[in-house]
Amino acid sequence: MAGRQLFMTFPVTETSHSLAEYRARGGYTALEKALRQMKPAEIVKEVTAAGLQGRGGAAFAVGRKWQVIQYDDGQPHYLIANADEGEPGTFKDRWILENSPHQLVESMIIASYALNVRNAFVYIRGEFDLPYHRLAGAVEEAYAAGYLGERILGTDFSLDLVVYRGAGAYVAGEASGLIASLEGKKSFPRNRPPRLTVKGLYQLPTVVNNVESLSNVAWIVAHGAAEYKKYGTPKSPGTRLYSVSGHINKPGVYEVELGYPWMKFLEEDCGGMRHARAIKCVVPGGVSSKVLTGADIKDLKLSHEDLWDAGSTLGSGGMIVIAEGTCMVTLLQVILRFYHHESCGQCTPCRHGTGWMHRIIDRIVAGHGQPDDIDRLYYISKFNDGTTICGLGDAAGYACTGILDKFRDEFEYYIEHKRSRLDGNLECLKSS
Amino acid sequence: MKRLIPEFEKLRSRFPAGFESSLVLPCLRRIQEDRGYVADTDIEELTEYLGVPRIQIEEVLSFYTQFRRKPIGRWHLQFCHNVSCSMNGAENILHYVETKLGVKPGQTTPDGRFTLSHAECLGSCGTAPMMMVNDSYHENLTKETVDALLEGLK
Repeated sequence: MAGRQLFMTFPVTETSHSLAEYRARGGYTALEKALRQMKPAEIVKEVTAAGLQGRGGAAFAVGRKWQVIQYDDGQPHYLIANADEGEPGTFKDRWILENSPHQLVESMIIASYALNVRNAFVYIRGEFDLPYHRLAGAVEEAYAAGYLGERILGTDFSLDLVVYRGAGAYVAGEASGLIASLEGKKSFPRNRPPRLTVKGLYQLPTVVNNVESLSNVAWIVAHGAAEYKKYGTPKSPGTRLYSVSGHINKPGVYEVELGYPWMKFLEEDCGGMRHARAIKCVVPGGVSSKVLTGADIKDLKLSHEDLWDAGSTLGSGGMIVIAEGTCMVTLLQVILRFYHHESCGQCTPCRHGTGWMHRIIDRIVAGHGQPDDIDRLYYISKFNDGTTICGLGDAAGYACTGILDKFRDEFEYYIEHKRSRLDGNLECLKSS
Repeated sequence: MKRLIPEFEKLRSRFPAGFESSLVLPCLRRIQEDRGYVADTDIEELTEYLGVPRIQIEEVLSFYTQFRRKPIGRWHLQFCHNVSCSMNGAENILHYVETKLGVKPGQTTPDGRFTLSHAECLGSCGTAPMMMVNDSYHENLTKETVDALLEGLK
């Protein structure tokens, strides 16, 4: 176990997601406490004091986002849980949705009470079937138990919660794209300002938080901010759910206390590398975060500040571990194909840039690479950075330059010799 | 579409007033579940029912990968070929299935039984390689498990 845990405190069984078992674990006592003993402003204060950072990728302070909402401004407010989990390498929100959906539901009711929200939504990606059914089942259970609907627990507070299914678009995970999708349109992100907390869903103040970020709220309310800050590091309080995949012996979702030593986690918890191969590099938080080599991560701790200092980010917690012997040119081809496929086409630099990068990497892999193709990939990546409405175009560039910075020699070899130095391998096979 | 209206009315009651536009995605999903794809008549009837511009529905249908304007095979096999799946042999499994069924991604077998597709990351990286069969996930695929699975899909 990698440090102390707040989420994975129970054995997962066929019924552990049910209301009965969640209540047996102490569930919905935080809601009772919030509604009966706390004022809305106190909850916002507590979440702010806990220093909870967003778990979707940007690590923006949840409390600061909430503070923008004016409780008594006379307008409807909306709360949306972002369950459009689609960053390659990330599947940790799925763990919550499948195994502890009531933790999200309870936290959302508390957050809605704190932010004066009457209608809340969970936007879940369209492909998630079991997570959707588990969550929708939990919502129905909560309605039947009087935790949702009119006059919750006999108080004046009422809330309706809708689980809204997407239909297949990576860009809908971007908060403003998500809102467009929830308005029944194609998910084109939009420029800020105005911030979504000022003009969001149907032009009304809207808080969009990641599933895992929100799911911390019930714990913070139950135990208090001071207790929460005892977990993690001073700059990164709490724990994080990591989804670990790639060439690792025990892939899966792990809860890790922030500040836990990275190598220790990979070796002890994740069972080390497949076939005892050395670590070539790690994608730390979804493919949009810059890769770090085995040498880079040796002494790092899993905290936001350590990763920022190393020039990358914990991002979405989607960790992909890549073994020595893997061809980075072929890997980048997969990544650039993905961004090209998912670019929504709204902004010219991203629409053309991701396609251009994809065509360049395709021709390199086909053995038709030109000597200045590497510089051209850098040029497009840098041109895209900051010139588009959302971060998709930027992220394509970060992923690309992150790999080129560390493994330029492999690309030069491929272009010169018209073949991979590593036979184009992506798999970690025993014989290779 | 018209016979689904009672269901749509129920759905509408969960949303706040003025959220008609938000019903576009859930209604289209339900129509597709019912018919297998979204037909021209569905678009016309939904435009009328929700009072939204027709172009909005057309845009939604062409933008999201899950919507279809044409019928496909009874079993839709979608193979993830993103990073973690590729690192765990997704391409090999896909080639195996292509050979076995005699179709490429984007094609349907002549008997209308299977449609094969590529998909980008479906959030199943820890259990790679994986595919979706219609709505459900099948993970940690091997040639043997794929054989057994396809055998059961009539």
